[in-house]
Parts: sequence; C-alpha cells; structure tokens
Amino acid sequence: MTENTAFASVDDILGTAGTWLDEGRKVAVATVVKTWGSSPRPVGSRLVVDADGAMVGSVSGGCIEGAVIREAFEVMESGAPRMLDFGVSNEEAWDVGLACGGNVQVWVERLEG
Amino acid sequence: MKRATFDAIQTARAGKIPIALVVNLSDGAEALVTATTVDGALSDEIVAEARARLRDSKSGVVERGGGRWFVDCHNPPLRVIVVGAVHITQTLVPMAAVAGYEVVVIDPRASFATQERFPNVQLMDDWPDEAMEALAPDRRTAVITLTHDPKLDDPALHVALRSEAFYIACLGSRRTHASRLDRLRAEGFDDDTLARIHGPAGLPIGAVSPAEIALSVLAEMTAVLHEVPPPMKSANTNTASAA
Repeated sequence: MTENTAFASVDDILGTAGTWLDEGRKVAVATVVKTWGSSPRPVGSRLVVDADGAMVGSVSGGCIEGAVIREAFEVMESGAPRMLDFGVSNEEAWDVGLACGGNVQVWVERLEG
Repeated sequence: MKRATFDAIQTARAGKIPIALVVNLSDGAEALVTATTVDGALSDEIVAEARARLRDSKSGVVERGGGRWFVDCHNPPLRVIVVGAVHITQTLVPMAAVAGYEVVVIDPRASFATQERFPNVQLMDDWPDEAMEALAPDRRTAVITLTHDPKLDDPALHVALRSEAFYIACLGSRRTHASRLDRLRAEGFDDDTLARIHGPAGLPIGAVSPAEIALSVLAEMTAVLHEVPPPMKSANTNTASAA
C-alpha cells in the first residue's frame, strides 16, 4: 500500500483478508459503519476474522470484538450479512456494552471466494 | 463482500486511485464509485454523495428516501514530504510510516540521503524545488523542512506555499524562523500565506532527542490534520525545535 512496506503491513487489513481467502480459509469482514458519542475506532475501521478465530484489525478498543467474532462465525456459514448494534441501550440484547459509553454499528459480511 | 468488489478495491488502492465502496444496507448489494466511474446500480444522488464523501475522506451511512447505504472511502495514504535527510528524519520516517503516511525524503546532498540511512523509503536527490514540483503536493500532503539551510528549505517552501498541502512546518529556532519569514516576504509571499507555516515545527513538549522532536512534529501534524487547535501552541516558549 505504500513504499514503506516494512511498516505498513499492520494496516493492510483487507490485504490480509484476501490472502486468507486465497489460502482457502473462510473469512468474515466486520466494518464500523456508524458511531455515536465516544467510540474508540472511527467509521470504516475493520476487523477480519477466519473460522479458527484468527483476527486482524479492530472495531473497538477490544470491548466488542468477542461478540463480533461470534456473530462473524455465523455469517461465515450462512453468507447473510447482518448489522450489529452495540452500546449502552443495547447492552442486554448483545450482552456487551462499550465501557466508553459510546454506540457503534458494525456491518458483518462474508468475503465471497 | 464479493471477490470482484474486493479485488477492484485492492487494485484501486495499489494504483492510488480514490474509490468508494457503497453498500446497500438493506440487501448487501455493492457498488463502486470513483471520480469518473460507477460500477453498480446507484441513483445519481447517491453517486454524487459518495463522490463528495470520497473527496472529504468521510466514510459513513447515507439515508435517502427510506434507503440506507454505507459509503466506505478508500483514499490513497496521506503523504509526508520531508526535506532534509537529517538525524531527526531517521526517526520521523518510521514514525510517520507507522501512523499511515507514505513518506518521501528529499535531500540533494549525497552523503545524507543514502539507502543505508533510509531503508524502505523513497529518496529523491533532486534540488528541493524540482523534487517538490515533481511530487505535486495536494491537500492530503504534509511538507516538513528540516535542513536549517535556506538554500534547501526555501525552494521547497516556495512550492509548498503555492500548493494545497495541509501541513507545512519548518524546523529552526524562533530567530531562524523570523528571518525565514522575512526572506519569503521579500520574495512576494503575503502574511496570510506565510501564516500557513508552522514554525518552529512541533508541539512544545520539551523534546530534546531526535525521536522526541519527530514525535512533537508528528503530533502537531496530527492535530492539524484533524483540525484540532494544536494544544499548548499558544505558549510562547519551549518549542520542540528550538535548535
């Protein structure tokens, strides 16, 4: 992505997703599409997950990754994308909340081979 | 995400072409928008919105007539042009790269701009004004001069000040900076234009070592990028680069 390949690799999350898919792994991509209030990662941030739970990137400071990964496993199988809402108001629905008090919407989809 | 969509995004990124992925959040349908092309079924209104967001690098959800779309902007990396392959540059380059910048270093002095001192970096040994003209700074570009040498810094500044570079900064003491401004004023730059220069470069965090000075400059550049008033900059003493 840049000439500075020695430093840039951690940021090439989509590139990692493609590599995993090429290796025959099932891959789901979670993307922050909306945030309200304080949230640690901006819109467009991504978390890529495979069927073994290997992951790169992030959609929060670590508060919701576990729940997103669980949803990602289902999306990997079904192929049906879904929107996840996290935040104080949905704490019970998703059994997680954001410690920072923010709200985020995360779009989870399968990367189709 | 379809493989074809994914591949198109990666190809655009590799070619440094700004591209927006537009996802219909009701059915997952994907479309791709660049400044000149549209691949997918989108109304003109959504295409225009996607292009506006791409220009501003503002990913987000668009709601129109009951529908919802996620516009996901993929712009080429921000770029920082550093004039002067000096000791500070050696730490500034990897820090800026980790922060997501593409880095170019300009220094016509052969013993400074060596691959040994700067591995994995684009080095240019042209005279700074020629190198800068070739690089054509845009509004996603920062320009930092670190040589302390007017022969090298000033020609680069001439090009930077006529560009839309979002951050222009010069290392040097207040006295050095005052004489720099005097020279540029004599060369026809007005005060509004000269006010774009952050000098002395960096936030006043008491930086001493090259790495600390690089950190203070990168911090100021970040504040300017996100349009946050650089904290502490009103303090009139103890700037990072009081060299």
